[in-house]
Amino acid sequence: MSALDVSRWQFGITTVYHFMFVPLTIGLAPLVAGMQTAWVITGKEHWYRLTKFFGKLFLINFALGVATGIVQEFQFGMNWSEYSRFVGDVFGAPLALEGLVAFFMESTFLGLWIFGWTRLPKLVHLATIWMVAIGVNASAFFIVAANSFMQHPVGATYKAERGRAELTSIVELLTNNTALAAFPHVVAGSFLTAATFVSGIAGWWMVRNARSGDPEKLADARAMWRPVSRAGLVVMVLALLALVFTGDTQGKLMFDQQPMKMASAESLCHSETDPDFSVLTVGTHNNCDSVIHLIEVPYVLPLLAKAKLSGVHLDGVVDLQKVYNEKYGVGDYRPNLFVTYWSFRAMIGLSAGSALLVLLGWWFTRRGRVPTRRWFGWLSLLMIPTPFLANSAGWVFTEMGRQPWVVAPNPTGDPNLRITVQQAVSGHTASTVWISLITFTVLYGLLAIVWFYLMRRYTVAGPEPAAKPVGTSGDSGGEGGTPSEEPAVEQLSFAY
Amino acid sequence: MSLQEFWFLLIGVLFTGYFVLEGFDFGVGMLMPILGRGDDARRRVALNTIGPVWDGNEVWLLTAGGAMFAAFPEWYASLFSGFYFALLILLVGLILRVVAIEWRGKIDDPRWRRRADLGIGLGSWLPALAWGWVFANVVRGVPLDARKQFAGSVWDLFDPYAVLGGLATGLLFALHGATFLVLKTGGEYRDEALRALRVLLGPTVLVVGAFGLWTQLAYGNGWTWIALGAAVLGLLVSGAAAFTQRDGWGFVGTTVAVAAASALLFGSLFPNVLPSTIDAAYNLTIHNASSTPYTLKVMSWAAVLVTPVVLIYQGWTYWVFRKRITVQQIPASVGLPLATARD
Repeated sequence: MSALDVSRWQFGITTVYHFMFVPLTIGLAPLVAGMQTAWVITGKEHWYRLTKFFGKLFLINFALGVATGIVQEFQFGMNWSEYSRFVGDVFGAPLALEGLVAFFMESTFLGLWIFGWTRLPKLVHLATIWMVAIGVNASAFFIVAANSFMQHPVGATYKAERGRAELTSIVELLTNNTALAAFPHVVAGSFLTAATFVSGIAGWWMVRNARSGDPEKLADARAMWRPVSRAGLVVMVLALLALVFTGDTQGKLMFDQQPMKMASAESLCHSETDPDFSVLTVGTHNNCDSVIHLIEVPYVLPLLAKAKLSGVHLDGVVDLQKVYNEKYGVGDYRPNLFVTYWSFRAMIGLSAGSALLVLLGWWFTRRGRVPTRRWFGWLSLLMIPTPFLANSAGWVFTEMGRQPWVVAPNPTGDPNLRITVQQAVSGHTASTVWISLITFTVLYGLLAIVWFYLMRRYTVAGPEPAAKPVGTSGDSGGEGGTPSEEPAVEQLSFAY
Repeated sequence: MSLQEFWFLLIGVLFTGYFVLEGFDFGVGMLMPILGRGDDARRRVALNTIGPVWDGNEVWLLTAGGAMFAAFPEWYASLFSGFYFALLILLVGLILRVVAIEWRGKIDDPRWRRRADLGIGLGSWLPALAWGWVFANVVRGVPLDARKQFAGSVWDLFDPYAVLGGLATGLLFALHGATFLVLKTGGEYRDEALRALRVLLGPTVLVVGAFGLWTQLAYGNGWTWIALGAAVLGLLVSGAAAFTQRDGWGFVGTTVAVAAASALLFGSLFPNVLPSTIDAAYNLTIHNASSTPYTLKVMSWAAVLVTPVVLIYQGWTYWVFRKRITVQQIPASVGLPLATARD
């Protein structure tokens, strides 16, 4: 493989890996903040136990999000130096803003939250987790805005003397219609991920506690797991609705702004009026004209593309390829058809996992009920990975559908503002990039195993038991009082 | 001051903030296994002095990197692609450190913790040595060709001056960590950290002084003599403080030394950002590497408005966790056992 291929694999692997942990962080931070808020407002101890329990899982996950994020920031310069030179004037700004505005906030306030349980007044401590929640979402906005520039460059022009893109309007850059559609889509996906995670674990614990025969555990299932599970289900419903709405908005933008991506998502080879939506196709790998559409649904595609039932003309891959050849010079401007087609369907299809959990969970917890069916407990756990996979599929579609461009030309913008992967890659030898690819893949692989082991152990261990009534010196699960600072506190409330 | 000069200064300040704050984080990580030999509670004392703040400290690097990308994209591109393996080593170190710190206490098992300690140790030693090595190479210059691209091999980076630079930051950060530990711990542990500090003093003054003098004589200018003087003075102050039990002054001394060393490096570099050893005409300077005035202006507003806020809340964090930590204050481990007990 050439240095270009290895660099692309490396960016793909490290980014997909990063985005395994990121959505859970983005979604779980506000959910944990919500649980802690419920505790502060209602004073009910089980919200405190849930905050601590999911807080631990949040922190285990956060570590990997941070560790893999550092690599991303360096990788642009390391492997894509020509790209960095070309867009640095534009692309660097949201990255620097992300560090300045969001990363400082989330990391500093997370430290305060972790170590501040008995150091800070209750409300100030609650405010710290909300700051973390705002910080992680703000960072998503800046990085999505940066990415959206690559999909649909705005707010910049091409300067021929310097051979680079130059920023003309930061406001246009940050209000890119692609960014405004992609950011809520990413956030909704993250909330779906985190809420499925919470409801999935709660569902499993409900069944486990209900079947244990222990009245105390049954009380936990009723008073603690059931409400948090239903709260999670509500978030899931809202997130699913938001995903459909924002996804539709994004789709319509992409039909306009990146027609090649959408044509290959549909395996639409030749331009057609009112084509059918394809559900299943087969064909020789990546050969447009060998594709046979097996199952198709009428009306869906015009609706997706233009919100009309008929009279919609959509360009096909072969025709677009001809147009691009004339516009941008001879070259192959087709993304990998197989990957774009299937990642698009996987993204949508995998959301069914969460939807199934919503329906079953709502039914089994109706009118104060606590589920006791073993299969429901296991199914709850099994649905947890589905939004993670859907997130990955969505990003793979977005990014692979952009190929061969790194900055795809904006059909209504400066046509010179474009760069392909070939022009963007650093001038390394393939072996140089292989070394870093292997290093990261092996290191990440090992860390993923440890991550899974820790998440599983802490999920199975469950929350700490409820505090004993006053008088008995039970440790752990009791609410952390905040003693005034002066009489030297014997021990730290938390220590690594 | 032109916008380019302002951004050179700002990136210098961001890196200086990073070296000052992560410097003692690295130092604590480097000294943790030595000071905590055979006693887990003692290792945890060291780790928890930086517990609430190390993550926020590390963001200084991310912001410095982002600022470099935004303000001097050519610098970012040439530096990061040219110093490929150095940065790979750095990244591996930083990744190991993050997960080792966060996951160390999650499992209550001596073998688990030994591995985490190895991660923290490697994740502190590697970057501490690598940063001086990288920045010495930046100041010295690298083989940049006419297209401002790195045209050498990784062996070009193993120059005696650069290797000395790596040793200098390694020792300086270790010393900085020691003064921080002396300031932030109490009881017997503090006394031992003080002993380590005294041992480190001599070699650090020697190596940092030699590296500083070499930098000054080979690459310095008139005013960087002040930075060199301040660095040496800082080291002497922390040396004096180590023998007069003034823990605060000791830390102030190493803080000044780290900041002054950083100022010396950036001052010697200015107005270049990455000199070429092939031809001075190929040098990357603040003028030919910078973004447009518009980008610099927008980013200046953001920096001027947001940085003070960041400083306030980071400062507040240090205030909240200002108390000394002793071995007695370390709670029993709450990690789960390594193997599941069948219930």
